[in-house]
This record gives sequence, C-alpha cells and structure tokens, in this order.
Amino acid sequence: MVRLTDDPLDPAAVEARVRAADRGAVLTFVGLVRDHTGPHRVERLEYEAYRPMAVKVFEGIRGEVDARWPGTRIAIHHRLGRLVVGEVAVVIAVSAPHRAETFDACRYAIERMKADVPIFKKEIRGDGSVWVGLGS
Amino acid sequence: MQIEVLYFAAARERAGTGAEAVTLPEGATLADLIDALTAKHAPLEPLWPHVRLAVDEAFVSDHAAPLKDGATVALIPPVSGG
Repeated sequence: MVRLTDDPLDPAAVEARVRAADRGAVLTFVGLVRDHTGPHRVERLEYEAYRPMAVKVFEGIRGEVDARWPGTRIAIHHRLGRLVVGEVAVVIAVSAPHRAETFDACRYAIERMKADVPIFKKEIRGDGSVWVGLGS
Repeated sequence: MQIEVLYFAAARERAGTGAEAVTLPEGATLADLIDALTAKHAPLEPLWPHVRLAVDEAFVSDHAAPLKDGATVALIPPVSGG
C-alpha cells in the first residue's frame, strides 16, 4: 500500500488498491509537477529519498490514519527521479464506508507527508536550481 | 566506535558524498558527530540549522543522546514530498 517508484504513477491503479465492496467512497489526491514556483519558471523536478526510512514513516502515517479514522483504507505511492511538468508526483487514495472520513484522512496523510517523510525535491528552474525548503 | 553517515539532497552535495564511515571515541554524542562532520566538510556548516538527524531510520532531536557503535546516522535536510 506504500510504494516509492522511479516509474510513472497511474492514479487509477492506486485507487484500485483501496476499492472494495464495502467501500462507499474513494478519495484520490493527485500531486502534479507545476510549471512555476512564485515568479520562477520550473522546467522539471528531481526527487530523491531516504528510501527505507521514507517507507517506514509512510507506514507510520498509515497506522495513525487507521487509529484516527477506523475503517478507512489508504494507499500512498510516490514517484522519485526526474519528473517534467504535468507528471504525477504522488497519489494518495483513501476509501471508507462513507465519504466524510476520506477527506479528513487524506488531508491528514498529505500534511504528515509534507512534514516528516524523507523525500527531497530539487527544482530545476529557468534561472538556476534550488532544493525546496532551503532556497527562495 | 564506527558510525555510518548518510547524506541526502543538499547535504549530499555539500559533503561531496552520499555515505561514509566515521570513527568517533566511545561515548560520543550526536553533537560530537556534528562537530566531526563540520571539521571534515566545511560546506555543511550553514546547513545545520536546517538539518534533522535520523538514527537508524528514526528522527532524534536530542543531540546529547549517546551514539552506539554501528549506528547509521542520516542528515535529513528539509523534506518536500509531493
């Protein structure tokens, strides 16, 4: 249910992992490579990860989601390597018997990922490159 | 004792390597490791305020914590998944 991959992501395939007959709702968040950051034009992104720890932290987040919203199911796939504008960087799919908890659980998982999962992103811009979180 | 040090992202670029073994005296702490790595790789110095440390794949915020022989310590610059 947690996967780091150098291959392109297919949101439908991630969503399929949490679908089941007892699920009345599936919410799928798809994070894309954007063509700008503030005034800077972005050409591509380069992601790297501390892979074993990233998987561990993602699994911990899945456990937290399960404890807070029992009955939800969550799959998280993150792309690594070089990505160009428009490509899918991350897919988080959450299912539940009813819709309400899918929104809360998905938002929680994304914010936790942004805070603690050791994945790093370099923006290759028209006017140079910067590690996100360090540069301007 | 021997510590395996892993560098990622900006830390990897500044250290000029992704991984290396560092030998420290018995009883050394994370703070001692930071000093040793700064002495070895001066470009790391301005990065420390932005770096979290992970010991054996878990974040450790207490830099006074003693290290164990064979531990793996990773320098984790700001994360930016998604």
